[in-house]
Amino acid sequence: MAEEQFQFTSKAKKTISIIAIVGVVLLGLGIFFTASDSGHSEQSGHQTEDTMDNLPVVADDLEDAHATEDIDQKHFGEPEHGEGEHAGAEHGEEHASWLKRIYANLWINNMYFVGLALLGVFFVAIQYVSQAGWSASLIRIPMSFSSWLPIGGALTLLIFLLGGHDIFHWTHDYLYVEGTDAYDEIIAGKRGYLNTPFFIGRMIVYFAVWYLMFRFIRKKSLEEDLKGGQDYFFRLRALSAIFIVFFAVTSSTAAWDWILSIDTHWFSTMFGWYVFASWWVTALAAITLVTVILKENGYLKIVTTGVLHDLGKFVFAFSIFWTYIWFSQFMLIYYSNMPEETIYFIERLSSDHYSKVFFVNLILNFFFPFLVFMPRDSKRHTVFLKIVTIIVLIGHWFDFYLMITPGVMKEDGGFGFLEIGMALIFGAAFLFVALRSLSKIPLVAKNHPMIEEAKHHHVF
Amino acid sequence: MMESGKKFIVGIFDDESILLSAVKKIRGNDVKIDECYTPYPVHGLDEELGYKRSRISIAAFIFGLIGTSLAFLMMIYMMGIDWPMIIGGKDHIAIPSFIPVAFEVTVLLAALGMVATFFIISNLKPYGKPKTYDIRSTDDKHVMAIDLAKNSKNTQELSTLLMESGASEVNEKNF
Repeated sequence: MAEEQFQFTSKAKKTISIIAIVGVVLLGLGIFFTASDSGHSEQSGHQTEDTMDNLPVVADDLEDAHATEDIDQKHFGEPEHGEGEHAGAEHGEEHASWLKRIYANLWINNMYFVGLALLGVFFVAIQYVSQAGWSASLIRIPMSFSSWLPIGGALTLLIFLLGGHDIFHWTHDYLYVEGTDAYDEIIAGKRGYLNTPFFIGRMIVYFAVWYLMFRFIRKKSLEEDLKGGQDYFFRLRALSAIFIVFFAVTSSTAAWDWILSIDTHWFSTMFGWYVFASWWVTALAAITLVTVILKENGYLKIVTTGVLHDLGKFVFAFSIFWTYIWFSQFMLIYYSNMPEETIYFIERLSSDHYSKVFFVNLILNFFFPFLVFMPRDSKRHTVFLKIVTIIVLIGHWFDFYLMITPGVMKEDGGFGFLEIGMALIFGAAFLFVALRSLSKIPLVAKNHPMIEEAKHHHVF
Repeated sequence: MMESGKKFIVGIFDDESILLSAVKKIRGNDVKIDECYTPYPVHGLDEELGYKRSRISIAAFIFGLIGTSLAFLMMIYMMGIDWPMIIGGKDHIAIPSFIPVAFEVTVLLAALGMVATFFIISNLKPYGKPKTYDIRSTDDKHVMAIDLAKNSKNTQELSTLLMESGASEVNEKNF
């Protein structure tokens, strides 16, 4: 078989640059609008009753909204945070709303793309552990995603160091001073786990081990290309098994650390799975989309319609899995009706802005893929595959938006140029890194022992 | 399907590869094959026979929809209209708490409906007598049945064709 190599053409680079430039322009516009809207944020101290009604919720509303001025008080608007209300202003550790919004967006996109990169390794690992043959022809695509891991890791650390106080309420020292107004017993009780040194330590360990395991897997897989034989397959399988065990724990703890702890008082034992489910659907959709686009551009002739069909089934099935986890989390909280738990959904459902996103999230991530991907033919046609995977990718971005923004921005969250611009920049950067790494390795793992099976993969 | 007087030409084949090539050849001669019976699933046979994909999944979807609607109607009637009760401080008609039941009824009706549909279209019913063209198809022979009424060729031509395609014997069978 001829060595197939992905050519990262200047045309593709140009397209990615254009996406990035559009992103930068939109981000600039977004910052400009948001910053000029919250320009009066200095004159704090008069929280009005009606601010809830005229919040800047979408881009169109940005111009006539001037309600963000009270940001310094409002992010403590949540009842449990009442005690800390004045402390925050006194300590002066909070930034203007637009800066906060940038941090929130950085964090959303960072989490989203770190997930894509991480679940790329997970996809490879799960294929080796289950000795799957069907996916052998496309194993290099998820592998290329994972090249984002070191960048994602650096960004995670950087954003935490820069905007940690804006994103994570628990990082404020004044919460832990006993006897003061700002003392928060609940958060102080979580200090054994949620403290900055341990948090950063865990972050570094996660990324270091994930990336190291990924390098091992990648190295073995590339050596297999040159030498062949079954040894590599078994070694990869062992490596993958170790990775999966580590991943099983750390995907959950990472989700607690990075996303759940934003709503510090709130907790959900399903949250690790929930984030995993969201990441996993995103990764599957991205793998499918990249495979389909490569195939349309003349690459990956080895990938049969049956393989695409199976990828479609994967996206379909795990969209339902995500919904199952989503609903289980919602249902238990709804049914037991305990205030400390329901606050999470009250925040999201009582706000005009978030409640829209809440239902958009469900429509894009459940009803759309469920109904469109149900018939067999739509999973075999590249047009449908592209439409659904793009919708699912957008939908899960909103899922992360909904996990992160209400906790960081409280009622002041918005969706406008800033959000779109930031997402485009991250998307372009991720695409650039992934495609560049893909262009450096053979596109098909030609000595994979299961490659013949993939070549003849055929489903009804 | 079971009315008497239907005449079938039945070819017996020893091997699945002979059967596959025979199917190709016989269909190439504009002969409609009624059905093939094999002791085990033969890979690629349904494609050679030109079978279309089963539409049973559509039936499953419709039964599923019926299940969802019935479940919601049932619960809305029981919990909201017939005997309203306050449970957990929720509304009488608390849709989120109905979803698990609705899901179960959907799965139940889709599964039962699919089985029932399959039984009906396969003519499997209590005390129904299955059509057995040749009992050896449950052992080691591959059996091909051709409906004489649906083809323009006569018995003689069909049995010659079957023998030429590799059948080890050709019988006639009336139902």
